This record gives sequence, C-alpha cells and structure tokens, in this order.
Amino acid sequence: MTLTLGHFLSLGAMLFALSVIGIFLNRKNLIILLMAIELMLLAVNMNFVAFSYYLGDMHGQIFVFFILTVAAAESAIGLAILVQLFRNKSNINVDELNTLKG
Amino acid sequence: MDLKAGLFYAFSAILLFAAFRVVTARNPVHAALYLVLSFFQAAMIWMLLKAEFLAIVLVLVYVGAVMVLFLFVVMMLDINIDSARQGFWRHFPLAGAVGALIALEMAAVLMGGFRISEEPKAVPVAGQAAGQVSNTRDLGILLYSEYVYPVQIAAVILLVAIIAAIALTLRERKDSKHIGASEQIRVKAGDRLRLVKMEATRPAPPPIADAAPTEEKP
Repeated sequence: MTLTLGHFLSLGAMLFALSVIGIFLNRKNLIILLMAIELMLLAVNMNFVAFSYYLGDMHGQIFVFFILTVAAAESAIGLAILVQLFRNKSNINVDELNTLKG
Repeated sequence: MDLKAGLFYAFSAILLFAAFRVVTARNPVHAALYLVLSFFQAAMIWMLLKAEFLAIVLVLVYVGAVMVLFLFVVMMLDINIDSARQGFWRHFPLAGAVGALIALEMAAVLMGGFRISEEPKAVPVAGQAAGQVSNTRDLGILLYSEYVYPVQIAAVILLVAIIAAIALTLRERKDSKHIGASEQIRVKAGDRLRLVKMEATRPAPPPIADAAPTEEKP
C-alpha cells in the first residue's frame, strides 16, 4: 500500500493527542508540561511538512522554520521562568501557582 | 514505495512510543531522553518527505540545543519525584478518553479526506532547471527573497528571548563585596567626606541653680 497525505496527517493527530494526554496527566510537573508543548509543536510541524511535500509548495517548510524559531525562544523563556519559580517556591507544582489569583 | 511505507510505519511506531514515554516517564531525565528519541524519529520521517534541511535543523537545534537546555534545567532543579507523581494515574481515564477521541476523530476525517498519494512535480525556481532542485537551495532562495522581513523579525524574537532569559535568571549575590566599576568612577568627594561647620570653642553652659537633679546621666 502506498503512503497518502492522510497517513502523515493522522500521525500528527496522534502525536497531538498524546501530548494532550500528557498535559492532563502532568499537573504537578511543569517541566514535563513544557516537553508536552514541544511535542505539540512537533505534531503541527509534521502537518506543515507533509502538506508541503504533497502539494509541492515550499512555503510550508518556511513556516516550519519560523515555528522552530519561536519554539526555541518559547522553551528558553519557559525554562528561565521555571528556574525562577523553583527558586521562589522550591517546587514546580502547577496547582500552587495561584499568587495572581487569576 | 513499499520500503518507504515500511520505514514510515517503523518510525511512526517508535515516535508514538517515545512520545507516550515522555508524558508518563517517572524520571524527568528519562522523559527528556525519550523526547530526544521522538525528535530523531520525526527528523527521519521528514527525510522521507524530502525535507532534508528541516530534518537536519531539527536534529541540530532540538537535540543539540533545546534538549541540552532541558537536561541542564532538570538536573539543576531538585524535584521531589514522589510528591510530583502523587495522584498521577487518577486523571488517566479522562485524559485517555479525550486523547483517544481526538486521535480517532481526526484520523477518521484525515485518512478519508486526503487520499493524495503522488508527489506533484515541484515547481522549478526561476533560473534553475527542473530536476536539479535542492531542498536547501530552494529554502534559502525563498527565505532571503520573499521572506526577508520575517527572517529579521525571527532574529529579533531570538534576541528578545536571550535578553529575557538572562534578565529572568540573573541575580546579585547578597554576600558579595563586589562594587561596580562605573559606580566607583562616578564617585565625588561629597559622597565620601562630609564637612561640618562648627565653632572652635563652645561657650560654657550657664551654671544651673541648685535644683535637685532627679536623674543623673553618666
């Protein structure tokens, strides 16, 4: 059987669903939450690359390039915030982040 | 084509397994290492899709830089794993149901809706014969012609990220005796020396009448 665009899109969907499960499960560990967000971005990038290949359009790959840039910036700032949080509260439990009373 | 399908299924299986282990691993270091594995598998799948440059960038940027950053942070923080794992599987039924629902619905729509199986002929970039199109060259031409301003905005975003990360984590030590050089240079005599005008001699206090002093201070 030959690979279709649907195969790659389904793979992206499954990866996205797995990261949603991860966000549900890891409510007490912010660092794994950040990793789950990285996996979500990977799933989105997979869709972009698959469409770019099957539609013969390079612009999708350019978008992946920019998503990688933003993801790198996001993880750097996220980890910096995480380190600050650990210094102040000495744990990284999401449920205890209620100082702002949001 | 058959080999390609087999490779795709093998890579996808490893990718999904690694992603599952990322979100369920007990030790955060193991989670980070499984994340490295899943990025590698994704890079291989992108190779199958003929996005060679992005696959290499994914390995270099993610496995090389971002994951090392994650590992450093994991090792710097002293996380109590037992309290972090408390009640971990309690949310699993709900999370699994939601995740399975998302995956099944999307797969049902996507597998039926996108049956494109042939790669269309790539549009040759101007000034280049079709068939000699290199992925990296294509990307470079697009990036530096059509997407010049977005590239510069991306550079600014990275700069902001650097500054923000440093500003967030930089702290001054309280017990340090270090003085800023600019502060030392900018100092004036008035900051260090205080001139007080006072008389050289003081007139003797008037003699106090013989009132009984209630308190005598030494």
